[in-house]
Amino acid sequence: MFRNNYDNDAVTFSPQGRIFQVEYAQEAVKQGSVVVGLVNKTHAVLVGLKRNAEELSSYQKKIIEVDSHMGIAIAGLASDARVLSNFMKQQSLSSRMTYGRPLPVDRIVSQIGDRAQTNTQHYGKRPYGVGLLVAGVDEAGPHLFEFQPSGMTHEMLACAIGARSQMARTYLERNLDKLQDTTRDELITHGLQALKETLSQDKELTVDNTSVGVVGLAAEGAKGRIESFKLYEGQLLVPLLEALERSEEGETKEESMEVDS
Amino acid sequence: MNHFPEAWGRPRDDIYGPYNPSYLQTTGPKTHTQSPAVTGTSVVAVKFNGGVAIAADNLASYGSLARFTDVKRLRKFGESAVIGFSGDVSDMQHIDRLLESIDIRENYSTHGNTMNAKNLHTYLSKVLYKRRSEFNPLWNHILVAGFDENKKPFLSSADLLGTTFSAPHLATGFGAHLAVPILRRLFPDEESIETASKEQAVAALRECLKVLWYRDARSLDKYSIAVISEAGIEIEEDQQIEAQSWAFAEAIKGYGAQVN
Amino acid sequence: MTILTGQPPSEAIGYSFAKATSAPVREHSFYPYTDNGGSTLGISGSDFAILAGDTRSVAGYNINSRYVPKVFKIGGDDETGEGAHILLSVVGFAADGQALKERLDAVVKMYKYQHGKSMSVRACAQRLSTILYQKRFFPYYVHAILAGLDEDGKGALYTYDPVGSYEREQCRAAGSAASLMMPFLDNQVNFKNQYIPGSGEGHALEPKKAEPLPRKTVEQLVRDAFTSAVERHIEVGDGLQMMVVTKSGIEEVYYGLKQD
Repeated sequence: MFRNNYDNDAVTFSPQGRIFQVEYAQEAVKQGSVVVGLVNKTHAVLVGLKRNAEELSSYQKKIIEVDSHMGIAIAGLASDARVLSNFMKQQSLSSRMTYGRPLPVDRIVSQIGDRAQTNTQHYGKRPYGVGLLVAGVDEAGPHLFEFQPSGMTHEMLACAIGARSQMARTYLERNLDKLQDTTRDELITHGLQALKETLSQDKELTVDNTSVGVVGLAAEGAKGRIESFKLYEGQLLVPLLEALERSEEGETKEESMEVDS
Repeated sequence: MNHFPEAWGRPRDDIYGPYNPSYLQTTGPKTHTQSPAVTGTSVVAVKFNGGVAIAADNLASYGSLARFTDVKRLRKFGESAVIGFSGDVSDMQHIDRLLESIDIRENYSTHGNTMNAKNLHTYLSKVLYKRRSEFNPLWNHILVAGFDENKKPFLSSADLLGTTFSAPHLATGFGAHLAVPILRRLFPDEESIETASKEQAVAALRECLKVLWYRDARSLDKYSIAVISEAGIEIEEDQQIEAQSWAFAEAIKGYGAQVN
Repeated sequence: MTILTGQPPSEAIGYSFAKATSAPVREHSFYPYTDNGGSTLGISGSDFAILAGDTRSVAGYNINSRYVPKVFKIGGDDETGEGAHILLSVVGFAADGQALKERLDAVVKMYKYQHGKSMSVRACAQRLSTILYQKRFFPYYVHAILAGLDEDGKGALYTYDPVGSYEREQCRAAGSAASLMMPFLDNQVNFKNQYIPGSGEGHALEPKKAEPLPRKTVEQLVRDAFTSAVERHIEVGDGLQMMVVTKSGIEEVYYGLKQD
């Protein structure tokens, strides 16, 4: 019987040039519930679908504020995400302490990338079983980064990871051109719409299972240069979900009008 | 008031009694604490409408010996910050190496060096404070000039104890006694700073350096001056104090051999 | 020296260099503290707390700057201070004050990150005490005052000595002019030495009971305390920074003081 001899640790290549443990870790990401991230010229938005392990349990946290200019969305092992999140929090506090400035987003992302990579090159270590979307603002504007257990990081315009995330990616790819010129609220609605695409037939977005995080450049005349990271959960979501509903109605109307003409 | 760097960071005589210099002995086991050796005197700086001007002479003294006469005590950092150092020159060179490595690190990031003068000042004050807390101070008093994150002119100071403060005009060492009153008279309030032109600021600094050259025995008539504005940094390192007039010296009585 | 070593007094001529070699080796040539002067003052009311401080920073007889705040928001956004609900004032050695403020700020932010809720003033007060006490043998040379609203929405004021001893009080002045302001506050806030007229004969006069004062009265008391301190203390002046915590947030006011 066939047995894979190359997946006992995360540091051994298979003859085909693969590291199975890393690929298994990426499977863990695919099993996590979906999170979507997207940016326009002024804002970065994270949207996540929360799961509860059972009827009686609370919902798993999907979006974490790291600092006032940065937050992460997680898919995969939440406990591994906490380790990364704590590290990022420490680093951003230390940047503010030492230099008096918010930590540049690309820098912290490459730092966690490096940490993940060392896990794939030291015997006895295990890759992180979590993928992250990092949304933040720095000197150069809003950013979205994707992080994978392999240590791979990419700057993205829009991205989705986790279970059934392909549906969300398809939506984002189709609407990519529109995203750049959206307003803050429109961007959130697009994020929610992308998230909705991933749902199975019998499910819908509710105030209990949805989570939204927004960070961006401050509007003209506002106090400070950035709009601090804001997490929308529970009742705070109501207006956002209503906006989603309205935009869907608008679309169906447009479509029906086209049919008429 | 003793303004010499040797006196910095020491208990004040008027509060703690005369200082016992025997603790500064050079024999015996090496103590952790140091004292400055080759030193630079005052740095002076003033804000103006749209930027900051900063100046320091080119002298490094070894006690009362004018040891090096072409030492540049103003250092550029990135495209919009200048640091002026007074105090120990070897410690200045140590800080210079720290800044060099930060500059290199910053330039590797995607968006280039985004550290502004304010970030730099925060960092340097932390370095100085950390070293004083280890009882191994960097014997410097520095001024940082440039812009903050809102592109507003920025000028701030940090000393060997890690004490920081910011003001429209600042000077270290003897300059705190001689230059600051001149600058405060020329630019008394916020408004006069906001309307001051670059030329006025530069002229004021040149005047301050001249007075310091007249009265600070550890100063030099060759100096550097830097102007940081939106256009970038203009730095001139071989300036000479012009139009000197020592006529006032005739009127000074009561020093040296001449008594009346 | 001879007394310390137990040797009989020597008849030899005391050369200064000879004396230096026999001096005991002690690490005292660097003194890691300075006094940056100034004063702070806190008063709590029934639904608010006020913390105030002058904005002058001094070194000996020099004025470093006319605007160096001593009162800080804790746990708020770094740029705007928004979201903060606790105030801290520090007076004494400014570099230690700055370091202490930043440590407490980081602690409050980590608390919020880890527990998902804001730190109570009581918890923050206790934590500040341990931070100070941890440096018992190399203290933060500051007098700190912490202000906020307690669990019942009442004004809370906690005062500290440099090594972490603390208590909750109605009112406290700290810093160089504390001895000038505190007796005034004892009389005006806690009604010390005030009696109800006609309530008895001689020593049987009934003392006037202290009760929380309205905000307007307290603000005026703070301004009076500082304008008076400015007159009599050279290290106090330039500006008065006043912060008020209420249930709707933190308000900041600034008044000019005499600059002489």
